[in-house]
Amino acid sequence: MNKLHSPRSAVAAIKSGMTIGIGGWGPRRKPMALVRELLRSDVTDLTVVSYGGADVGQLCAAGKVKKVIFAFVSLDFIPLEPAFRKARESGAIEVMEIDEGMMLLGLRAAAWRIPFIPTSVGLGTDVIVNAPDIKVIDSPYDDREWVAMPALKLDVALIHANRADARGNCQINSPDLYMDDWFARAAAHTIVSCEELVETEFFHSGEQARSVHWERAQTNAVVHIPGGAHPSSCDPQYGFDVAAFKAYAAAIAEDDFAGYRDSVIAADEAAYQRAVGGLESIQALALPVY
Amino acid sequence: MSTPQTNAAQPQYTLAELMVVAAARAFSHDGEVLATGIGALPRLAASLAMLTDNPELMMTDSQAWLLSTPNAISGRAAGDAQAQECWMGFSRIFDNVWSGRRHAMVGPTQIDRFGQANISALGGSYQQPKIQMLGVRGFPGNSISHANSFFVPAHSKRVFVDGECDVVSSIGYNPARLPKGYSLDEIDIRLIITNLCVMDFGGDNHAVRLVSLHPGVGLQEVLDNTGFALQVPELLPVTAAPSAEQLRLIAELDPGNLRSRQLKDNPPGVRAA
Repeated sequence: MNKLHSPRSAVAAIKSGMTIGIGGWGPRRKPMALVRELLRSDVTDLTVVSYGGADVGQLCAAGKVKKVIFAFVSLDFIPLEPAFRKARESGAIEVMEIDEGMMLLGLRAAAWRIPFIPTSVGLGTDVIVNAPDIKVIDSPYDDREWVAMPALKLDVALIHANRADARGNCQINSPDLYMDDWFARAAAHTIVSCEELVETEFFHSGEQARSVHWERAQTNAVVHIPGGAHPSSCDPQYGFDVAAFKAYAAAIAEDDFAGYRDSVIAADEAAYQRAVGGLESIQALALPVY
Repeated sequence: MSTPQTNAAQPQYTLAELMVVAAARAFSHDGEVLATGIGALPRLAASLAMLTDNPELMMTDSQAWLLSTPNAISGRAAGDAQAQECWMGFSRIFDNVWSGRRHAMVGPTQIDRFGQANISALGGSYQQPKIQMLGVRGFPGNSISHANSFFVPAHSKRVFVDGECDVVSSIGYNPARLPKGYSLDEIDIRLIITNLCVMDFGGDNHAVRLVSLHPGVGLQEVLDNTGFALQVPELLPVTAAPSAEQLRLIAELDPGNLRSRQLKDNPPGVRAA
């Protein structure tokens, strides 16, 4: 069993019109190399589900997005993701704006193959007023109304892990796995990039296997891309790249995503890493302090 | 006219420190809940409360761990030791939120007379907002699940809006939006701490009520800068000054003096007459 792919052959599973989910959180452990490969493709018309950062912004800037399902899109130290902001304020994309926890419930419903999960979250707010696809229902057990958070079924999930083996065992030993396990489970097809490719024996000790948070049957493709979360962070390997985010934000401010794409995202990941100073400089980025 | 106070029993303090101490009081009687302060001053407030009035509070490191004693909010380096007591990744935060055992202090862009708040977007439409902000984030779930307080560094009519918020991101005491089967008493919005005053929702039918004015602030200034009517009690106290011990703990929690950069010009706690 060998699930190893090149970035290009892995991302070839994504077709125009699909719904994709992207793991990580804001500027943290985003599968940015896989996103960049998607930016280099001719895929378009995507629906994107994400705790969003530059992944969402760059896909919007490249015109690949039909709809974003989001609770926030932020780079943290740059609170408002510049390209997402531009796309929203020009009315270029459809949205479903939901609470962070509703997104988790929607992914769980998809993972568990049920149509919705009832929750109080969203009641009394514009989330349920504005999103036509979210219904409020009566309960068979009490006299209250409940939000029926619909399953967020993903055609493809993209995730960046710390380690993986060729069989699809993926380890996240960053302090937080975010909702990555639920993205993997909610998707028909999951692509995982990893900092380090290991032999299956690596997991034989229970200590390492403890931080494998979903079963390999939920992973369809493994791509070895050290530095693949850059410019987002990949704790404990490296922090996020403030200068690289600022350069990207400046390109958006100047309406020059095309220039950024040509000169930075470039033809492949090797060219990208050369453009941002090389893998060693990525791996030397200090972890953030909160 | 401005004579600095030099009385040893009344230490000098900044407005930021006064607000931190007033905000810390929001957590005093919470019992064993997760205290979440979003932003430097609310985080200082929650941390101060844990070190003083309410040691039962739970606190995160703003990443993935609960701490038995709060981290300093400045002056730390990556990898510095911290007092972890359990793992608390983001997915587990929601388990805590939905259990109700949490009190969040947040800084919305807009707050209306119902206590509904907005961090999502301003103006325009759902399809095309005039200004896209953060998105609703966790506001809907927080507001219907557990206690919330608001921290407002610049009290103005732009924050305290006339009418409803542009995007109602959190549930408030609005009868028109009350879900079926709910009563307004189930909504739990506690304090509003601003650079001018402290307010709560203790007025008639949960109307916003003034609780105290900060030293040197007049009632009219608050009314003039609020886009809706406030209930004003007959006896309107001055917000209590920080004690020397509170100031010492705040300095310990913030050795890099991040608090001095949160309010425009870092004004003193007692306004010049």
